[in-house]
Amino acid sequence: MTTNATAPTSPPGRGIPRPKATTARRTSVFLSTHPRTRLALLLSAPLFWLALVYVVALAALLVTAFWSVDSFTGQITTEWTLDNIITVLTGSLYQTVTLRTIGVALLVTIIDVALALPIAFYMAKVASPRARRLLVIAVLMPLWASYLVKAYAWRSVLSQDGILEWVLAPFGLHTPGYGLTATIITLSYLWLPYVILPIYAGLERVPDSLLEASADLGGKSWPTIRHVVLPLAAPAIIAGTIFSFSLSLGDYITVNIVGGASQMLGNLVYTNVGAANNLPLAAAIALIPIAIIFGYLALVRRTGALDNL
Amino acid sequence: MRLSRLSRTTLGVVAVLILVLVYVPLFVVLVNSFSTSTSLSWPPPGFTLEWWQRAFRSAGAMEAVGTSVVVALVSTAIALLLGTLISFALQRFDFFGRHAINLLVILPIALPGIITGIALNNFFRTIMGIPLSIWTVVIAHATFCIVTVFNNVIARLRRTGTKLEEASADLGAGVFTTFRLVTFPQLRSALLAGGLLAFALSFDEIIVTTFTAGSGVTTLPIFILNNMFRPSQAPIVSVIAVVLVIVSIVPIYLAQRLSGDDEQKAP
Repeated sequence: MTTNATAPTSPPGRGIPRPKATTARRTSVFLSTHPRTRLALLLSAPLFWLALVYVVALAALLVTAFWSVDSFTGQITTEWTLDNIITVLTGSLYQTVTLRTIGVALLVTIIDVALALPIAFYMAKVASPRARRLLVIAVLMPLWASYLVKAYAWRSVLSQDGILEWVLAPFGLHTPGYGLTATIITLSYLWLPYVILPIYAGLERVPDSLLEASADLGGKSWPTIRHVVLPLAAPAIIAGTIFSFSLSLGDYITVNIVGGASQMLGNLVYTNVGAANNLPLAAAIALIPIAIIFGYLALVRRTGALDNL
Repeated sequence: MRLSRLSRTTLGVVAVLILVLVYVPLFVVLVNSFSTSTSLSWPPPGFTLEWWQRAFRSAGAMEAVGTSVVVALVSTAIALLLGTLISFALQRFDFFGRHAINLLVILPIALPGIITGIALNNFFRTIMGIPLSIWTVVIAHATFCIVTVFNNVIARLRRTGTKLEEASADLGAGVFTTFRLVTFPQLRSALLAGGLLAFALSFDEIIVTTFTAGSGVTTLPIFILNNMFRPSQAPIVSVIAVVLVIVSIVPIYLAQRLSGDDEQKAP
């Protein structure tokens, strides 16, 4: 990049007049010749925000997990102890709930990917541009209906005198009622748009010419999808799974609304912060999803999925 | 890929079926908002407009909408600024710690909301000694909204490259003039899309909000949560939901139009 500030003055009446040396101009010249300063200026505000608000808060939470609550006063004692961590790692309640939560999150993710792939593929590669636009709107709209209302709608759909029972009863079938199945259905429903959108964006970027080339070389639909489309769309699919997996991992509100009595990790954290007023134990429980997510992010980092969120 | 007519049709049918499934619960909410029954029975015993009238006269609901709009607007504005700055830094510069910063932006949305919630609650109250208020909600929301702006802007920056900016600099424009006349117009629709997503994310957020809102602060999701299980209020919640879905058509349509224009303009 060159700047005009030091260029010789043009003859009068021709060319660009020499810019006036205002403060803005001088700053501009300085910035364009000092890329490191530019970078520092760009980064300072967002880093200050993220480091101050988020990193400090998260670090403090991790530290709290190693403290304890005085059972008499209810105050946090700032003495280092591994008690909470040991309780969480060895307690059978925590093990059961952890396995249940991971199971639910995995199932929700599998269901969502299975539902998202055909519709995203249809949107990206089959539908006409007009139909595509309408489909994107149709997929986006439920995203704006409140999360709570959608969970509540499923409570209504799944209830004993709800629409599902009304539809199924003539066939001798019944609604699953409230419980783990209802939780899985509702969570899959809630996160579906978050999975469809990145997969759709990823499939849209797969060039049609590659698909044509595959067809020219004799590749039928299924082998083309398996060997061309899926490998190219993999980062987008993984990006989608980060949403469904992580959102399911921490949810406790849907579990309260349709889950019956079965708890998930989010519920345990919530009761320990609220009713039990035991932040150290809650923080120790929170370490489980944090560890799982970090493990997952580390696993998928190389696929480029993090650039597709 | 040459799909046979049969597989095209099958795919289309599957896509439509999934969409129908997506809309059944929303349809149930719509019908419930007109139902004379305050419980969730189906089919509804009768129809009434009472809930719609009561919803529009409900001061609590209106106030909650107002609070939510303020929170979403301010956090979106902060997220737009910080998200844009950070996307320029990460896209235009190569430096040590770039990947760590990338992870730092993603983390608030990748970690479950309850963790962000209790961490921020603990941070505000015990570390900083700040009482919870509407502004602690704004700070929390802005933090996890940065990522949506960041993603949209960085994708656009990757696509547009730096050729036009270099040309502008060669022609004598300073850093600020180039940004105003060259860079910003190229980013405008990406900023709008990112901003819309950030607004939606903030408007609908409940878990982080529960932990960071002061006692007098009622955003719309908190209002809904408080009223959902009260028989006399539940149908009003349905009305609010229906109105939200209808209102959401405007921004979605706008975003679609804008991204469509971009596709046509793209070389």
